[in-house]
Amino acid sequence: MSQSVQSMIAASRKKKSKKIVEKLVPIALFLAAAVSVLTTFGIVFTLIFETVEFFTRISITDYLFGTEWLPFSGKEPLYGVLPLILGTFKVTFIAILVAVPFGLGAAIYLSEYASDRTRRIVKPVLEVLAGVPTIVYGFFALTFVTPVLQQIIPSLKIFNALSPGIVVGIMILPMIASMSEDAMSSVPNSIREGALGLGSTKFEVAIKIVLPAALSGIVASVVLAVSRAVGETMIVSLAGGSTPTFDFGFTGSIQTMTAYIVQVTTGDAGYGTTIYYSIYAVGFTLFIFTLAMNLLAQYISKRFREEY
Amino acid sequence: MKYLNDALVMKRMGSRLKSNRIWKAIFIIATSFALLSLAVLLFRIFSQGLGYLNLDFLTNFASRIPEKAGIKAALVGSLWLMAIVAPVSIILGVSTAIYLEEYAKKNKLNDFIRMNISNLAGVPSIVFGLLGLTVFVRLMDLGKSILAAGFTMSLLILPVIIVAAQEAIRAVPNEQREASYGMGATKWQTIVRVVLPAAIPGILTGSILALSRAIGETAPLVVIGIPVILQFLPTGVFDSFTALPMQIFDWAKRPQEEFQFVAAAGIIVLMTVLVFMNSIAVFIRNKFQKRY
Amino acid sequence: MIQLKEKTAPKIIVNEPKKVITSPTEKNVVFKTANFDLWYGEHHALKNINMDILENEVTAIIGPSGCGKSTYVKALNRMVELVPIVRTTGEINYRGRNIFSADYEVEELRTKVGMVFQKPNPFPKSIYDNIAYGPRIHGIKNKKILDEIVEKSLRGAAIWDDVKDRLNQNAYGLSGGQQQRICIARCLAVEPDVILMDEPTSALDPISTLKVEELVQELKEKYSIVIVTHNMQQAARISDKTAFFLNGEIIEFDQTDKIFSTPADQRTEDYISGRFG
Repeated sequence: MSQSVQSMIAASRKKKSKKIVEKLVPIALFLAAAVSVLTTFGIVFTLIFETVEFFTRISITDYLFGTEWLPFSGKEPLYGVLPLILGTFKVTFIAILVAVPFGLGAAIYLSEYASDRTRRIVKPVLEVLAGVPTIVYGFFALTFVTPVLQQIIPSLKIFNALSPGIVVGIMILPMIASMSEDAMSSVPNSIREGALGLGSTKFEVAIKIVLPAALSGIVASVVLAVSRAVGETMIVSLAGGSTPTFDFGFTGSIQTMTAYIVQVTTGDAGYGTTIYYSIYAVGFTLFIFTLAMNLLAQYISKRFREEY
Repeated sequence: MKYLNDALVMKRMGSRLKSNRIWKAIFIIATSFALLSLAVLLFRIFSQGLGYLNLDFLTNFASRIPEKAGIKAALVGSLWLMAIVAPVSIILGVSTAIYLEEYAKKNKLNDFIRMNISNLAGVPSIVFGLLGLTVFVRLMDLGKSILAAGFTMSLLILPVIIVAAQEAIRAVPNEQREASYGMGATKWQTIVRVVLPAAIPGILTGSILALSRAIGETAPLVVIGIPVILQFLPTGVFDSFTALPMQIFDWAKRPQEEFQFVAAAGIIVLMTVLVFMNSIAVFIRNKFQKRY
Repeated sequence: MIQLKEKTAPKIIVNEPKKVITSPTEKNVVFKTANFDLWYGEHHALKNINMDILENEVTAIIGPSGCGKSTYVKALNRMVELVPIVRTTGEINYRGRNIFSADYEVEELRTKVGMVFQKPNPFPKSIYDNIAYGPRIHGIKNKKILDEIVEKSLRGAAIWDDVKDRLNQNAYGLSGGQQQRICIARCLAVEPDVILMDEPTSALDPISTLKVEELVQELKEKYSIVIVTHNMQQAARISDKTAFFLNGEIIEFDQTDKIFSTPADQRTEDYISGRFG
């Protein structure tokens, strides 16, 4: 080598370009990170803006407390959102009735009873269930679950709340199962062994020791699953129908908040009409619901977490 | 003095053990429900759709006649969509992850950014559709183009990629960074030459899984107003297009019974694409398990 | 540690009589530490350190866990700054320049003052790429030059013969002792002036340890070496000077044979004879 390494290094150190790059990179990366913040602001401002426009045409009290949602009625369109909320609630309610027992049961089995071999089969199955696109679930609800249910319940209409409710339940089941199982797995084995050493059965260990210790994680998973069910769109669009009603029946056609938005955007509602702005009002209502539940889940998770 | 009555303990033992056995069976049934649901779902889809799955289906455009309906436009459209979503979401996502893991100091602003990302992850996809409709379709006047839909989808899966990239970067042991700094490397040199190469498998796996989610998402496309009967293929990112989930949605909604089978065939194509992508992700994850 | 009951001369074997330094000004001062204090947040980790490290010598730093020896060595190349809550007062001069001054770029310092870590940490790259990493980041791109540097560094670390036929293989395939010598070669590739070693053999087996120790003796002809070790016998074997740290302070700093045979401070003697530590 004609030059020593150190002299070569010293020569290259004088280059300014490296210093400029070093200063600019953090700024560029920060701007990328800012995009996520801008997205949230974009969502919030979009929803608020258009919702405000909506409320210049429809009064807030009519919206929040009205029991009839008839936006397409030519003479006197009515915009009471309660039927949509009720529709969403019916589907979510059925979904939770399905997802919590089966999901939690699966979680307890995986965490407390199952052998490694079983776990290696069941966990991927749950992952696959979680990865099935909702359009596929919607199709399944409409073309399989509804006809089958109609055999059992003859009064069931082709569009109803039961069928999408069950399928949404199947869709969110993996969420509850894997998050609860994570929460239960993080309970240290030493505590289980202590209980077993006193002569407890596995069931008693699961119910009296593990479940209470993992409760915050389990409850958080349920809240998040509810949030997911509320925001679900395709299953309820295909199988739930587009009839907003204000009753407590599950066998007839309903409409959820999300299904309404789909109905309008697949239709011919022109830009600037009240119907156009109504999807933002409904979207904003939906956003508030899911945001509240997500924050609740985070709060439960943090506040009541067991410290080992 | 003994407080525990031996006879009483033994009497209870039988019912406790029986209860344990019954509940174990109940839990197994609960677990089987999930497995059964998946099996039934897959069986139904395949039995309905395989009949209609043939080469014509893959090469035809959509049509009002079920026998002639094809998925070509939707398949190509979805690929075009991914061609936008992949670079946008991965570049933004990985950059954000690098910022949070390597540069961000502990302050309120960065805490806010982190909290914001986890909240974004829980926003329903239909709300992203509303955002895309207002900002990309109308405000930026991109219309119902691949670009508008692509940006919307990128924002939707951005939180997923950020989290996956963060975990991959965090998994790189600090000793590697120290070795690099010890030789006089700058922060960015260390990130580019040491941290990122080691984190790439994890980033790739997470990105592929996120993209496979994006391919199956329907709601945002519905809200933006992506059409379904398209008799041509897109030629540029400003063109309108259709996508797999939209096409399936349209077929599933139709009253004619034949279209149910066509929809099922479309679902098989969609699921095949998903299985393919997930297999690649799992393959990458397994091949590059680094043992430090 | 064996507890000796009476005050006897500790059984430490000093290998060979070290070169007697006739006057302290014969060798240049490489690192002059003056009134140096360091805090990790509230914890006062280094207290009023004053020490001169001379060139072409092996300076060992010994002391019980938590005494600040690693902290001090990491201050010499400003690696302590990787922890954000660190604070320092006083000066450390490297060949006359205060390394903490605002105009002394840390990357420049670290090319002159290299470091070998306790646990071997080669990159998950080929052996060649590991050694070439340093020159490459400093702008050397010419393949022929890099080839020369790689061979020279691997020879300097006494590992060239072991790996010359498998330079393209991943460095992780080597044994622990070999990996550590790769790390030393990597460090040599930027031709540093000083090599800092933070307990470099504590994760290695005895044979690899011996090889590294022999290497250190060779390296001191061209480099100045500061080695932290919790193994007193190692310090006695290979170093010219030894510093004994306790609770963040230097208790004693002198020629190695003097420290180990007739230490001036009672605490030094207690540590060396195993009464604590």
